[in-house]
Amino acid sequence: MALTRKQRRGVLVGSGVAILAVAVGLVLWALGDTLVFFYTPSQAQEKQLGPGQRFRLGGLVAEGSVERGDGTLIRFTVTDTAQEMSVVFAGVLPDLFREGQGVVTEGKLNAEGVFEADTVLAKHDENYMPREVADALKEQGLWQHGGDEQ
Amino acid sequence: MVAEVGHYALVLALAIAIAQSLVPLFGAHRGDGQLMRVGDTAALVQFALVLLAFFALMHAFVTSDFSVSNVWENSHSAKPMLYKVTGVWGNHEGSMVLWVLILAFFGACVSMFGGNLPDTLRARVLSMQGLISVAFLLFIIVTSNPFVRLDPAPVDGRGLNPILQDPALAFHPPFLYAGYVGFSMAFSFALAALIEGRVDAAWARWVRPWTLVAWMCLTLGIAMGSWWAYYELGWGGWWFWDPVENASFMPWLAGTALLHSAIVVEKREALKVWTILLAILTFSLSLIGTFLVRSGVLTSVHAFAVDPERGVFILVIMCLFIGGAFTLFAWRAPSLRSGGLFAPISREGGLILNNLFLTVGCATVLFGTLYPLVLEAVAGTKSSVGPPFFNLTFVPLMIPLLALVPLGPFLAWKRADLGAALQRLWVAAAISLGVAAIAGYAKFGGPVLAPFGIALGVWLIAGAFSDIAFRSKFGRETLGVAARRAFGLPRSAWGMAIAHAGLGVAIIGIVAVSAWRVEKIAVIKPGETMEVAGFELQFEGVVPRQGPNYNDEVGIFTARRDGNAFARLESAKRIYAVRQMPTTEAAIYTFWTGDLYVVIGDGSEQGRTVRAYYNPFAPFIWIGAVIMFLGGAVSLTDRRYRIGAPKRARHAAATGGA
Repeated sequence: MALTRKQRRGVLVGSGVAILAVAVGLVLWALGDTLVFFYTPSQAQEKQLGPGQRFRLGGLVAEGSVERGDGTLIRFTVTDTAQEMSVVFAGVLPDLFREGQGVVTEGKLNAEGVFEADTVLAKHDENYMPREVADALKEQGLWQHGGDEQ
Repeated sequence: MVAEVGHYALVLALAIAIAQSLVPLFGAHRGDGQLMRVGDTAALVQFALVLLAFFALMHAFVTSDFSVSNVWENSHSAKPMLYKVTGVWGNHEGSMVLWVLILAFFGACVSMFGGNLPDTLRARVLSMQGLISVAFLLFIIVTSNPFVRLDPAPVDGRGLNPILQDPALAFHPPFLYAGYVGFSMAFSFALAALIEGRVDAAWARWVRPWTLVAWMCLTLGIAMGSWWAYYELGWGGWWFWDPVENASFMPWLAGTALLHSAIVVEKREALKVWTILLAILTFSLSLIGTFLVRSGVLTSVHAFAVDPERGVFILVIMCLFIGGAFTLFAWRAPSLRSGGLFAPISREGGLILNNLFLTVGCATVLFGTLYPLVLEAVAGTKSSVGPPFFNLTFVPLMIPLLALVPLGPFLAWKRADLGAALQRLWVAAAISLGVAAIAGYAKFGGPVLAPFGIALGVWLIAGAFSDIAFRSKFGRETLGVAARRAFGLPRSAWGMAIAHAGLGVAIIGIVAVSAWRVEKIAVIKPGETMEVAGFELQFEGVVPRQGPNYNDEVGIFTARRDGNAFARLESAKRIYAVRQMPTTEAAIYTFWTGDLYVVIGDGSEQGRTVRAYYNPFAPFIWIGAVIMFLGGAVSLTDRRYRIGAPKRARHAAATGGA
């Protein structure tokens, strides 16, 4: 199989383009299904998201809202101080989950309009505020950088 | 006093680095040996100064000098000594000093061991290293000075973030940084080669060991980080496709590609331009990684509180270096002459395929990591890209690559016979298919693709052994002769086989945990039992216990299989006295075939929430990474790196030094 220099290069470039095309295809296909948007309770209500649509809900855990249900079920309210939304979560909360602190949860609304979270994002540092939550609170004029330290 | 010495040393190091970046470059341009040698001295002095600054900071931590703001914020007198020492890099400022220390160390190595490099190349490499030092020293001095004093000095510190008080995480940053920064060597060599206008086999032979060292460190650093996340965070997971994790994974992918393409330059003098590009890309990804982690622009589960101004500074550094390097590349690369013709089916062709898959895979990771950022800038909507995206894009791209790995070493350079190569691998193929059948039978009804994933791992291991067996003529010579031949094989051949086998081991662990993990959450009272994957866990109760700087609430479990108690597991809720921050300590019992992983949660009237996992073959993931590291180490001891100075090709004998 004697290929000329040009043909050899063609094979190389061709295989490169082919792999890249497959990758682009995979990315476009995957992105439609897996991209998850972040909303605050106000935005979520404004968008009138239907049940079953997956998104991230972020804000502050409302003071006094955390209550335990049957078994591992936990209910709490996420607020951006303008609007709030009830969340249920079955599982173990991260260590740094506290009332009055920022939280990001991922899941979907059920038929009653309650957010069923399957993930509550943990953080490593008690001073860390998820950026989305910080921005959302800044819009409400409630939080400045460094303002959430104990 | 010591802190001031440290601060002064940093400023002096900056001055030296400026000299190091300019003088040798000018000297090389003019062909002035004396000016070029300034680089050697400057690199050593710079390293000594940064080391002094580093020890000054360590002194402040070890002696708990709380008049230094950084120590006050991140240390406490009651902390164990190990964490006082590692606390030096357990914070932003200190970790940047470590970054520059490692950078200066690599520069000093060029100066000390680079005697066989041509003078002009060494001068230019040192100059580029100096330039990177200048940028990061400036960054430390301007935005992140670790030696800022507090007056009056507080009585005690605020303590290190408890989650960082852990042996694996204590040594995770040094290895990770050694990897990140180690790729700066390939970067500097690439820029120096572009300025010189030539790349040859000798150049590749100098670059490869540095890249290999960086790659080894990064492999171990990533593995440590993921191991830590596995047992410390208590979620039972080991990789979350989190932006901070991706930040370290992308340079690893590009670095792995570079490691392979440099072989082609070394052996065949082909792929020169591509290798240079890859060297630039790899370090660029290290810079992007540093930026993503240090600026906090992306929401990460591993994020720490950050200062946005620093992000801007690193962004500027990043743009200058990446932009400058690519400009130089665009300008000079066309003048590099390429040699070494080869057919598509050949060792070269195989390595190109490896590079294509790795770089395209790396590009998908980069895309997934940055997409939310771009979308927010363009559309203003906040979003996140999680594991499902990467599982659908990156993973399918890696499967053909992994399937082709064992084939590569059987292909001859220039032109290879695919049929013959496949024939030599039939034993390996048979073993893998056999294992797939056994796995499919044992886990019947589980994920359909999982047995094939396991087979892929076995294929890599068996393929690596086949390569060694074939080269030493096992089965064709007497056993004694073959064994002698096996011992006589170049270390690089062994290193490659070991590293590929290690990858196989890791793949088995990854596939098994992803496909067959069992998770149970239950609320149980003392005396009650829960069942997970055939194990019975009896909850004995909770007892308090005091540690050096924390208080534990220890949940005690007895683990039984078929009624026989075989282990007592202790998982704790830990409260650190200083920060009053709770953490969870998972209890892990490791078998050969997997981990029993138990985490105690909060209590209520109904009992304690307990999470239990069975993670089949989980330890294989990290054992595999360690084997890959060892493979790299074996390859590093190869004869060709130890014996004799690599000589440049004949037509350049006039400029080449010995």
